[in-house]
Amino acid sequence: MTFLQLNDLKVHFPTDDGLVKSVDGLSFQLERGKTLGIVGESGSGKSVTSLSVLGLHKGGRAKISGEIWLDGEELVSASQEHVRSLRGKKMAMIFQDPLSAMHPYYTVGDQIIEAYRIHNAVSKKVAKKHAIDMLGRVGIPQPDRRVDSYPHEFSGGMRQRAMIAMALSCDPELLIADEPTTALDVTVQAQILDLMRDLQRDFNAALIIITHDLGVVAELSDDILVMYGGKCIEYGTAEDIFERPEHPYTWGLLGSMPRLDREVTERLLPIKGSPPSLINVPSGCAFHPRCAFEPRTGGKGSTLVPDLVETEGGHLVRCHLSREERRDIWATEIKPKLES
Amino acid sequence: MVTYIIRRLIGALAMLFIVSAVTFSIFFVVPRLAGVTPDDIANRYVGRAATAETVTAVAEKLGLHDPVVVQYGRWVKGVFVGAEYDYGTGVEQCPAPCLGYSFVTKQPVWPDLVDRLPVTLSLAAGASVIWLVIGVSVGVLSALKRRSIFDRGAMIIALAGVSLPPFFTGLVALSLLSYGLGITAPGGAYTPLTENPGLWAYNLILPWLTLAFLNAAAYARLTRAGMLDTMGEDYIRTARAKGLKESKVIGKHGLRAALTPIVTIFGLDVGILVGGAILTENAFSLQGLGKYATTAIAANDLPKIMGFTMLAAFFIVVANLIVDLLYAVVDPRVRLS
Repeated sequence: MTFLQLNDLKVHFPTDDGLVKSVDGLSFQLERGKTLGIVGESGSGKSVTSLSVLGLHKGGRAKISGEIWLDGEELVSASQEHVRSLRGKKMAMIFQDPLSAMHPYYTVGDQIIEAYRIHNAVSKKVAKKHAIDMLGRVGIPQPDRRVDSYPHEFSGGMRQRAMIAMALSCDPELLIADEPTTALDVTVQAQILDLMRDLQRDFNAALIIITHDLGVVAELSDDILVMYGGKCIEYGTAEDIFERPEHPYTWGLLGSMPRLDREVTERLLPIKGSPPSLINVPSGCAFHPRCAFEPRTGGKGSTLVPDLVETEGGHLVRCHLSREERRDIWATEIKPKLES
Repeated sequence: MVTYIIRRLIGALAMLFIVSAVTFSIFFVVPRLAGVTPDDIANRYVGRAATAETVTAVAEKLGLHDPVVVQYGRWVKGVFVGAEYDYGTGVEQCPAPCLGYSFVTKQPVWPDLVDRLPVTLSLAAGASVIWLVIGVSVGVLSALKRRSIFDRGAMIIALAGVSLPPFFTGLVALSLLSYGLGITAPGGAYTPLTENPGLWAYNLILPWLTLAFLNAAAYARLTRAGMLDTMGEDYIRTARAKGLKESKVIGKHGLRAALTPIVTIFGLDVGILVGGAILTENAFSLQGLGKYATTAIAANDLPKIMGFTMLAAFFIVVANLIVDLLYAVVDPRVRLS
């Protein structure tokens, strides 16, 4: 049995301007000890996906359908109270900005102790010892002293480490990291990513990393899911995505990734236009207004929503171009530019 | 933390000094600039039949011809060691702390103020507890049930509470509940708490509610806005992600942060109130500091007004100090700076 499985997940928000389809029919699977990277621009639905797994999608107004199976339990139809009892214990989350994600009035230790004691009936003393252990494990120096510090007394990297310690305090089996390094200095980013890789190995948790930065998932992910306009548009192993990407949007993401091994004089290849409105989603393929290859679909791009189809060995792509056309374009037009 | 406290204490003392100097100037310098002579002031104290010579002699004895700085120094000295006033008919004692001596009632101001204080304190204590509890609870519920009928109803009532002055709501409450239904005291009576707590509360319940209505409304609106802000914060999402029960998310994480500005305002409001709830005390004929002040103003009794102003200023400065110190306790980020 798969550890985490999403089947046709839809999260829609009714607003005054219309229905916002933040997540529109998303399916994927994830095993223990494996890492899935979910990549997309702002508003692609990646954060809403992760929040809905934890049952934290905002307010009672969100309409959620589909299935979320976690270790044999279906969560969409489960009671809120049951999902709450799993939160923090079976599944935990790390957020983007550790300064705003930690309560400014409580010490770091108190916040970890609180997280631990929600799910473990232990004394404060035992919980504090556990908090110190956890802070040590995530590489905070002098954890027995730092446990009584407030979040504002920590540096950004330390705060994110403390956040990770808090998330891991109840030994969760699923860990979701939502842009865990975006708010950090570049030098600290690498440390945090290393730490997450090490801890995942120790805890044997399933890890979902949500990011707009392909560079982040390249380091860590076994599989990568590229989201656009609330839908999965390409899914495959990290190797598939980096060596044999087949969707024009993925090509765009790769082209807009700064790389140290490239000449400075070269320009990035940005994706034209901006992410689609989730209320007035473009007709047909949501990406077609920005797609350089749309003319080659013979008009289908703007009228028909393409299906997500398997191209080879679990590698899924949602595109009107034929497999041969895509491989041809990648090999002759895109790859040479990226490598030059 | 200790240096922080010491710094605040010094600041508070300096503030009191400035307030007294400014108040003194307003009462004793500004009239002089407007052409009032020391003899005019002395004239008020000696009665209508006095001759010009008597008036000048009294003004001389009271030191009204001295430079203002000297007069102010004498007043400050009186606060610490007491003073004597000689205005012709005999020497009047004004023991420390002498905030002034009323020549209208021929009484030192301080004992009068001390007499009135329990009334105002009782009024402030009861009312503030009521408005804090009601205001914060309504505000929290309104924020959590945003746009519900409860929220809209509460906010309309709050708008009324903020807009209607106590001399209106007080009189309406009196005519309905005391004179109409006869379930509350008719006003004007005060029983010390130490004598009869039941009667104390019975006599004060209507003034409490009137005053609380005004402030509870403001607090409900403030708490609601604060809660709406805080409940959208990232750390609330973190608290939920930990698996914390919603009641604790709201109480321990949401309300704690939303209460910080409320604590500030509450301290200041109570400080202001202890210096006299002028409108409410007048509406219910309560002989508190506020009523004392209006009477003194009507009688143009400068030393009384000066003494009352200084006492009120003292309470506000003290409230400010307490708020500052409390703030450091509530918000750990303040302790550093």
